[in-house]
This record gives sequence, C-alpha cells and structure tokens, in this order.
Amino acid sequence: MKLLTLNFLTCAIKACKSSPASFPLHPRDVELEIVESDINLPFLKNILPRLMWAELRTIAAELGLPELPETAPTRDHLVEGKEEAKEGEEVDEVPSQTARDLHRVLLETTVKEGKLVCGNCAHEYKVMEGVPNFLLPGHLV
Amino acid sequence: MLPTPSTSHVCFDRVYEPAEDSFLLLDTLSSTSEAAFLLERFAKAQSAPPLVLEVGVGSGVVLAFAAANAGRIFGHQDVLTLGTDINSFACKAAAQTIRTAITEHEQNTSISLDVVNGDLASCILPNSVDVFIFNPPYVPAELPDFARHGDYNGLPDGQKKTTFEQDSYLLELSYAGGEDGMVVMNRMLEQIPEILDAGRGVAYVLLCAQNKPEEVKQRIREWSPGWRAETVGSSGKQAGWEKLQVVRIWKEEA
Ligand SMILES: C[S@@+](CC[C@H](N)C(=O)[O-])C[C@H]1O[C@@H](n2cnc3c(N)ncnc32)[C@H](O)[C@@H]1O
Ligand SMILES: [Zn+2]
Repeated sequence: MKLLTLNFLTCAIKACKSSPASFPLHPRDVELEIVESDINLPFLKNILPRLMWAELRTIAAELGLPELPETAPTRDHLVEGKEEAKEGEEVDEVPSQTARDLHRVLLETTVKEGKLVCGNCAHEYKVMEGVPNFLLPGHLV
Repeated sequence: MLPTPSTSHVCFDRVYEPAEDSFLLLDTLSSTSEAAFLLERFAKAQSAPPLVLEVGVGSGVVLAFAAANAGRIFGHQDVLTLGTDINSFACKAAAQTIRTAITEHEQNTSISLDVVNGDLASCILPNSVDVFIFNPPYVPAELPDFARHGDYNGLPDGQKKTTFEQDSYLLELSYAGGEDGMVVMNRMLEQIPEILDAGRGVAYVLLCAQNKPEEVKQRIREWSPGWRAETVGSSGKQAGWEKLQVVRIWKEEA
C-alpha cells in the first residue's frame, strides 16, 4: 500500500468519522518496501493541492522517513531548472530534490505488512501482502 | 471503441468475470454524452487529478478502463484510482489489472493508489471522491452467510488452494443482492452523499430491472434539494428480465 493512499483513508467505524483524530490512520509495526517507479513531475505538481500536508508529515515522521518540509512545497519548488535544450528540442523540466523526496515518500514507499491504527478508537487494521483489511465483524451481519 | 483491459491473469473461479454489466459501465463512461458531461465537470480550470473510486472492483476491468482512458473520459491525463472489494482475491487481481492497463498506455500518467479489502466505502475519507463507480451484487437472491467470511476471505491455513465451498461463497458475494437485489446497493446509497466531493462529485451505479430503478432514482432525488439521478446507459432491452442500466447521481448547485 502506497503512503499516498493514506491521504484518502480513514477509520471504517462510523462513529469515528466526526472525530479529527480518526485521520490519518497511523502505521504501526510496519515492514516497508520501496517499489521504484519513474518520477512523474506533472503529476506531483498537480497533486499538491490535494495533499493533507501536516498529516503526511506526521506519517513520514512516525515511519522514521526523511523529514518533509514544514510547509507544503509549491509547484516551483518541485522544479530544478531547465535542462540545456538543444536546438529545436523541447525543454525538459528537471525534478528538484524536494520532488524526488516527495515521489519517494508518496509513491515508492509502500507498507507491505503491519497495521494501521485509528487515533480515535485505537482499532488496528491489518495490512497483509500490501493489502489493508478494513473489514469489521459488524459490517458483515 | 476503446480497448478492454486485459484480465487474463484473473482466476474467475473466485473473482467475478467481466460480463454484460461490466461492459455497459465501460460503454457508458466512454460514451460521447458522458465524456462531455465529465469533461465539463472536471476540466474547468482545475489541475488537481480527480480521485476515481470503484467499490466492488472484482477483476478491476472497469477501474482499469477508466484509468487507462482518463484523458478521453475525464479530460485529465492523470487520475488517481482507488478500489475496494470485500473479496481479498479480487483486491489483488484488480490491482494487477489496473497497473497493467496504466503502463500499457504510454502517455498516460494516472496513478493507481491501492485496492483495499473492505466493506463498501466505509474506510474512505468523507468528501474526497470525484467519480464513484459501483456495479453491485444486484440479483434478487438470498445474501450469503457472512459468518464464514473471515475463513473464506484468504487461503485456508497452510494451504495453497481455495476450497470449492470457498469459491462458491466468494462468487455469491459478487451477485447475490438480497431482497429486490437492493440490500447491498441501499447500504451503498447511504454512503454516497458523504464520500462524494461536495462540489464536483458524481456517481455511476448499475441497476437491473428487478431493482425497481425508477423508484431508486426517485428516492435519490428526494435526498435533499439539488440531487439528481438519471439513466445514462442501458442494455439488454429485449433480453427480458435482466435489463441493465447505469444511473448517474450528482448534485447541482441549489
Ligand atoms: C457484480 S460484481 C462487479 C465486479 C466488477 N466491478 C465488474 O464490473 O466486473 C460485484 C463486486 O462487488 C463485490 N462486493 C460485494 N459486496 C461488497 C461489499 N459489501 N463491499 C465491497 N465489495 C463488495 C464483490 O466481491 C464483486 O467483486
Ligand atoms: Zn476509529
């Protein structure tokens, strides 16, 4: 499971939804796996407004990952500069270190095994073989 | 016609095989009229990638199609896809279907988040979904006995293979919809207003004739002022009882 996915998940227990403590879910006792992929600069720029920055920083810190900057980067922070373009060729933007870090944290760092814990009710959701399990006994009646 | 994503790696003994209902969703999402509606809804000076959530992904064929053809359907080369299924075997199969479909489209920059094992959209952050898709278990047939779910949702302890009873149970989950085939859908409809983005969210759900679609649409329109529900795709008009339709649910500014 990618860390970016945690940006959109919350505790499955209905009574928790109104509590701010139910988001984000906290990874606990996890085995992380880095799954490398090509960096996609336009995507990173576009996703910025959707990121819950403070919450992502918390998760990265809890996992002992390199610290994310205190405030969310802007689109410009993600671009290093222009590569020297040859005559008639398109100019490619070069991802900055911030962009590479963001790519690493959001998309390449995955939870393989472990738990996701709700900060409100303390319920633990298991992650097995990269798939989180949000089924509750009460769901299936 | 846009190509159908490959599901050749999926074992259909325990994961729903793409059928007429799945294909009706593909056709509807890529129809000229829906593409026009979605383009207008999502292209408007918004750069943030839409989040597309499918509940009950099964083989993943629908979500993979939406991701692979994001540019044509949503006017965004990049969408985020998120899926859920109650069947853990479906979750794994679908994740692969979606990954493959995205990488096969070179200019496509969609990102497949994950496919999580869960009940409907109960673990999805409220107010976050831009496009919601659900092809539910819609056949009027008794719901399976969920007491066995924990045992049947993974490989039996120490085994490499599922049992026949397990496979039958998992397939029952994919079609049996209880009274009027609406028990699972009714629970889903309750969650829709909460998970959809309040401004641009839109849902596509599949209904069959026995689900009493006219009544269902009327109920949605009565949720609160502004809610709309319209049939935007249908199939099997002559085939008798299993006539299918796709209903679009969205809110217009009051
Ligand atoms: C008719 S199949 C559709 C599969 C796929 N989306 C397609 O169109 O081919 C219904 C799917 O919903 C899943 N499902 C049934 N009940 C569910 C629930 N409560 N929560 C999540 N998924 C569920 C089934 O496991 C099955 O994969
Ligand atoms: Zn909780």
